[in-house]
Amino acid sequence: MSRHTLSVLVEDTPGVLARVASLFSRRGFNIESLAVGPTEVPQISRMTIVVNVEGAPLEQVTKQLNKLINVLKIVELDPDASVQREILLVKVKADLESRSHILETVQLFRAKVVDVSPDAVTIEATGNGDKLAALLRILEPFGIKELVKSGAVAMARGAKSISDRPVRAADRSA
Amino acid sequence: MGEQAAGAQVSGAQSLVLALEAAGVTDVFGIPGGAVLPLYDPLLDSRVRHILVRHEQGAGHAAEGFAAATGRVGVCIATSGPGATNLVTPIADAAMDSVPMVAITGQVPSGAIGTDAFQEADIRGITMPITKHNYLVTNPDDIPRAVAEAFHIASTGRPGPVLVDVSKDALQAMTTFNWPTSIDLPGYHPVTKPHAKQVRDAAAMIIAAKAPVLYVGGGVIRAGASAALRRLADITGIPVVTTLMARGAFPDSHPQHLGMPGMHGSVAAVGALQKSDLLITLGARFDDRVTGKLSTFAPNAAVIHADIDPAEIGKNRYADIPIVGDVAEVIPELIIALETEYAAGNSGDYAAWWALLNRMRETYPMGYEPPDDGTLSPQYVIERLGIISGPESIYAAGVGQHQMWAAQFIGYERPNSWLNSGGLGTMGYAVPAAMGAKVGCPDKTVWAVDGDGCFQMTNQELVTCAINDIPIKVALINNSSLGMVRQWQTLFYNSRYSNTDLHSHRIPDFVKLADAYGCHGLRCETPEDVDTTIEKAMGMNDAPVVIDFVVHRDAMVWPMVAAGASNDEILVARAMAPDWGSDD
Repeated sequence: MSRHTLSVLVEDTPGVLARVASLFSRRGFNIESLAVGPTEVPQISRMTIVVNVEGAPLEQVTKQLNKLINVLKIVELDPDASVQREILLVKVKADLESRSHILETVQLFRAKVVDVSPDAVTIEATGNGDKLAALLRILEPFGIKELVKSGAVAMARGAKSISDRPVRAADRSA
Repeated sequence: MGEQAAGAQVSGAQSLVLALEAAGVTDVFGIPGGAVLPLYDPLLDSRVRHILVRHEQGAGHAAEGFAAATGRVGVCIATSGPGATNLVTPIADAAMDSVPMVAITGQVPSGAIGTDAFQEADIRGITMPITKHNYLVTNPDDIPRAVAEAFHIASTGRPGPVLVDVSKDALQAMTTFNWPTSIDLPGYHPVTKPHAKQVRDAAAMIIAAKAPVLYVGGGVIRAGASAALRRLADITGIPVVTTLMARGAFPDSHPQHLGMPGMHGSVAAVGALQKSDLLITLGARFDDRVTGKLSTFAPNAAVIHADIDPAEIGKNRYADIPIVGDVAEVIPELIIALETEYAAGNSGDYAAWWALLNRMRETYPMGYEPPDDGTLSPQYVIERLGIISGPESIYAAGVGQHQMWAAQFIGYERPNSWLNSGGLGTMGYAVPAAMGAKVGCPDKTVWAVDGDGCFQMTNQELVTCAINDIPIKVALINNSSLGMVRQWQTLFYNSRYSNTDLHSHRIPDFVKLADAYGCHGLRCETPEDVDTTIEKAMGMNDAPVVIDFVVHRDAMVWPMVAAGASNDEILVARAMAPDWGSDD
C-alpha cells in the first residue's frame, strides 16, 4: 500500500461530493482523508484526497474520477514538490503546574493557544501529518480531552497553477 | 407541440416535451403517476409517441431494446418513488452494456424533497453509481439544458444511461423554452481520435505477430464500426472472435470467424485467445466471463487495446499498446497504417496459426446431443428459429441457457440484430427489449428468445404489445426450470436441485396466458412440429405470438469453462476436455 495525494478540481454543483465519495466506495478504494473547499474561481471547488492504494489501482482511481462529468482535472501531487498541511485543534488537560510545560511545547511547535480555561487549554496547530503526530506525542502525557483534525490540503510548489485550463473552460459555460 | 416560438411562455412540462422533440425523440416508454403527471398533459398533444407499459422495468428495457436495435437514444419515463426505483434495474443494465438511454422521472415538489414525502425516493442519489451522469432539476429554466446535455452524454463517448429527475413544481411553473445551440461541459471531452503513433506501433506489432486474434467486443456495434472491422479482417486475414455483446459485429458466415469466446464459447474461439501471441482488442473489456481466471488468460499474448473509455484500458489486463479512441476511427486508421506496411513489403504470415485453428475448429465444432427419448432439444429449436427467420430478423434473449444457445446456434450476419443483457445478466430483459426493438424497427421480424423463468418476470409487456400493435414473437424455451442454475446444480452441487423447478410444464399454461393477453399462443412439443410451428408464427403479424416450446430439461450448455477456472480447462461436454493439439 502507498499513500498518494490527489488534487481534484470539480464543478461546484450539488451532489458532486457524493459522486466522488460514492465512486471511491463503489470501486473499493480507501480514502484516508478528504478536504473540499472553494478556489480562486467561483464555480470551481477543489478536493484534496489522500488515498491508500497499490500502484496499479491509483491509475484506475484517476481514470474513474475523470469519467465523472463534474470532475474537471486531477493532479497527483509529488510529496517532494508540494506543500501539504493539516489543521489540528486539541484540548489538553492543564492545571497550574502543567500549563507552563504545555505552553513551552506550543511554542516549540509554533502552534497557538486559542482557548484557556482553569483546567484545560485548546491548541491550534498546522503542519504536515508528521509534525502534528509529533506534537500529539508530546501532549499525550498531559491528557488529551478532545481532538479534531482536518483532512490535508495541498498545493504544488512553484509558479504554475493547476486551475489554468479548467478555469477558462468553466468561464465559457458561465 | 412544436409550434411554440422560441422564448414563448410555457410550463416546465411543456418545455420538457419541447426538449424531447428537439432532441429528436420519436417514441418513449413509460407510466404516469402523481409527481410526473404535469408532464403527461402536454405529452397528449406531442408528436412524440408515448407507449404505456405495464411496469416501469418494462419501460426501461424497452428503451434499451429500442436503442440497441436502432443505435438511437432510448427514452423511458416514470413517476417519483416506486416508479423511479422500478427503473433501477434497466438503468444498471444499460450502464453495464453501454446502452444510450435517457430516463426521465418526476420528483416530489422541491419544497417536499428531503421530508420523506409520499412517493419520495432520492433517485438521483440511488442511480449515481449506475448512470453515466444524472440531474435533479428544480428550476424550470434548467429543463432544456439538462435534457440537451443528457442526450449528448448518453449518446457520445462510451454510451450509457443518463437520468433527469424533475420536481413536480418545476414541471408546473412557467418558464421560457430555449433549446441550447451548443453543449458546453468543461469536464466531458471524450477522445475519439486515436494517437497516430500508437496506431503505427499497433500495425507493426500486427505484422510481426505469428498468432494474432481480433478480440471484438460490443463497442464495435455501439460505434457502428462493423463495416470497418470487416475490411480490417479481410485485408489482414486475422481470425476474429466476437464476444456475447458483439454477436453480429462480424458475419458468422465469414470464414475467419471462430465464434464466441468465454465461459460458453467455442473451443476454437477460446483456444485462439489462449494460444494467441497478440490480442487486437477492439471495444471489449476483458470481462471475467471472457477471460476466466485472469492470471491464466491468453498467457503468451501481447495486447493492443482500443477503447473509447480510457478506464477500461489496463483495468483487468495490461495493455502493451493502449489506444484511446472511438473504434469507428481507430479501425480505419489502423487499416491505413497496415496498408503502409504492406506497401513497404511487410506482411504477416499466419499460415501455421490458421492450421492450428482450423484443426481446433474441425475437431470441436459447435454441436449438441439430441435427447434420445424423442423429446424436444432446446438447441434444435433455437437453431431452426435462426435458419427459418434468418439474419434480417432481430433476436432479443433473456438470461440463462436459452441466451447462450441463442448466442451459439443462431447465425448473426449484421450488427444490432442480437440484443441481450450481457453485463448485468437481467432475467426478464427479452420481452420488453423485443418490444422496444420492434417499435424502433417496425419492418423487422423481432423475436424474443426467452426462458420460462425469465418470461415470468416481465411478460406483462405482451399486453402493451397487443394493445399498441407491436407484434413481437416470443420463442419460449420452456424447460420448467431455472435452467442455467439447474445446470450449475447438476455440475457443482451434486444434482441437488434446490428451488430451480418452476413446474411451468403445467402452471402457468403459457398458451392460455398468451390468449388472455390478446396474443396468439402456440405449443410445440416434438421435433417434427418445430418448423411448421415457427412458420405459422412467422405468418401471424396481426398480434404478438408466443410459442411454448416444451423442451428437454436436462440439456446443458457446452462448451463450458467453470466460473473462476482457467480457459485452459474448457470442457466440450461433461468431463470431456478438448485435445488442444500441439503448438508447433
